[in-house]
Amino acid sequence: PADTFHNLQELRHSASLATKVFIQRDYSDSTICKFQTKFPAELDSRIERSLFEETVKTLNCYYGEAEKIGGQSYLEGCLACATAYIIFLCMETRYEKILKKISMYIQEQNEKIYAPRGLLLTDPIERGMRVVSFANTWDVFLSVGTTLKENVS
Amino acid sequence: MSAVMITRKVTRKWEKLPGKNTFCCDGRVMMGRQKGVFYLTLFLIVGTCSLFFAFECPYLAVHLSPAIPVFAVLLFVFVMAMLLRTSFSDPGVLPRALPEEANFIEMEIEAANGNVMAGQRPPPRIKNVQINNQIVKLKYCYTCKIFRPPRASHCSICDNCVDRFDHHCPWVGNCVGKRNYRYFYLFTLSLSLLTIYIFAFNIVHVVLRSVDSGFVNTIKETPGTVLEVLVCFFTLWSVVGLTGFHTYLISLNQTTNEDIKGSWSGKNRVQNPYSHKSIIKNCCEVLCSPTYPSVLDRRGVMLEDLSSPTPSDASAASTHQSSNPVSQTTKSSAPLIPNEHTPDEAKPGIGSGTQKSTSSPKEEKPPSPTSPNAVAPAVIKESSH
Repeated sequence: PADTFHNLQELRHSASLATKVFIQRDYSDSTICKFQTKFPAELDSRIERSLFEETVKTLNCYYGEAEKIGGQSYLEGCLACATAYIIFLCMETRYEKILKKISMYIQEQNEKIYAPRGLLLTDPIERGMRVVSFANTWDVFLSVGTTLKENVS
Repeated sequence: MSAVMITRKVTRKWEKLPGKNTFCCDGRVMMGRQKGVFYLTLFLIVGTCSLFFAFECPYLAVHLSPAIPVFAVLLFVFVMAMLLRTSFSDPGVLPRALPEEANFIEMEIEAANGNVMAGQRPPPRIKNVQINNQIVKLKYCYTCKIFRPPRASHCSICDNCVDRFDHHCPWVGNCVGKRNYRYFYLFTLSLSLLTIYIFAFNIVHVVLRSVDSGFVNTIKETPGTVLEVLVCFFTLWSVVGLTGFHTYLISLNQTTNEDIKGSWSGKNRVQNPYSHKSIIKNCCEVLCSPTYPSVLDRRGVMLEDLSSPTPSDASAASTHQSSNPVSQTTKSSAPLIPNEHTPDEAKPGIGSGTQKSTSSPKEEKPPSPTSPNAVAPAVIKESSH
């Protein structure tokens, strides 16, 4: 039992290592939150380039909207300053509202596009806004399935 | 069964965060390590203002205007709010890379470096990025195992990488970074105003009162004045100077860290790629940009694994609680992933579970065949309660 337990852990470990693709930040436009739209080679066989690019571009749009310095951000900033920022204890900031929209979008994309292709898109906020990661979910099922067959027989 | 489930303690993510921060109020408050100087700051501000309200304000309210203490109270409240906001909020800490991300980066680095000859030092880990047509070097942080984003720096006191790191301020007991820089600036600005205000009205009070009762008597009646004047005098020079310095930095869109290191000064060096070349635009970006949320999720719940005997953990026995519901459904449909942590002997209460495991004929009883069965009794068990 200990041997198979370890094998299973290692399988999962190596599967999680080998099958995660990280999309890094694109800093060409200064420090605003933007992810590279370059299509990684590892996803070549798994998903169409256009779908991938559309997802990343939409995410970039959302973040751009959240970080936009314009009328609404001035208003929010001035109002908050006038109340010594106490208003932030009860009110949700614009950025937080957009983050919620982003997580709904990611969930929707996972359900419609990525889960059927055996991929899982993670929300960048879970990684400190550094990367968008695509995890491969199929390899794990496959390797675990074979272990099952061996032991039950 | 239910008694076992109740004793399970909820661990919040802040308890497991690496780094040397102090947390209070169940993760709502986040500070740096050394807090002694912060208490001194609090004491000085509250103490001096209390003396002002006690000694000067009654006289000034009557003889000049009641607006004077009212304005002083408002200013004092603002200063305290800004100080507490600066000290208690997350400065913009970048979470450390999880093993998968760290390994991915290591593989990228090794691929970029090629073969290093034995005995030779490997090249420094630097990534070049182009920002606004200037080449900026991103350094690798060995503690956090990430390439630091532009303008981020590692604070050795708090042992964290902080985004747009300005400096670690012992007076506020915290790092000053992207998320709390504007509060810090407003704190120094309002404190300067408060200090000037108290200093000025102390002088006015002494002058007015001396006209009536003479200088020596005035000091005897309001001994606090001497203390206040002393504190204000010394504070003025440092705080007003600091405010001026930060106003200069903001107009150039620079951080203290960059200024000290001379990142953008000198002929051969890169010009500041973050500056908008306009003072107003720079000020707007630093002070009026949207408030960034914390990426740390300090109060997120971390679910117990390994030691907890409750089988209800089987469905969520991972150390990373994902707020993304899709990943949770993925986990529950892959029963083997959570259950490899649930030891076999920790299922005494699941009668059906143990029966199934003991009835598997003659084999060694590895966790894999029992785990899918274990999920079923766990589900059954929960519904029965």
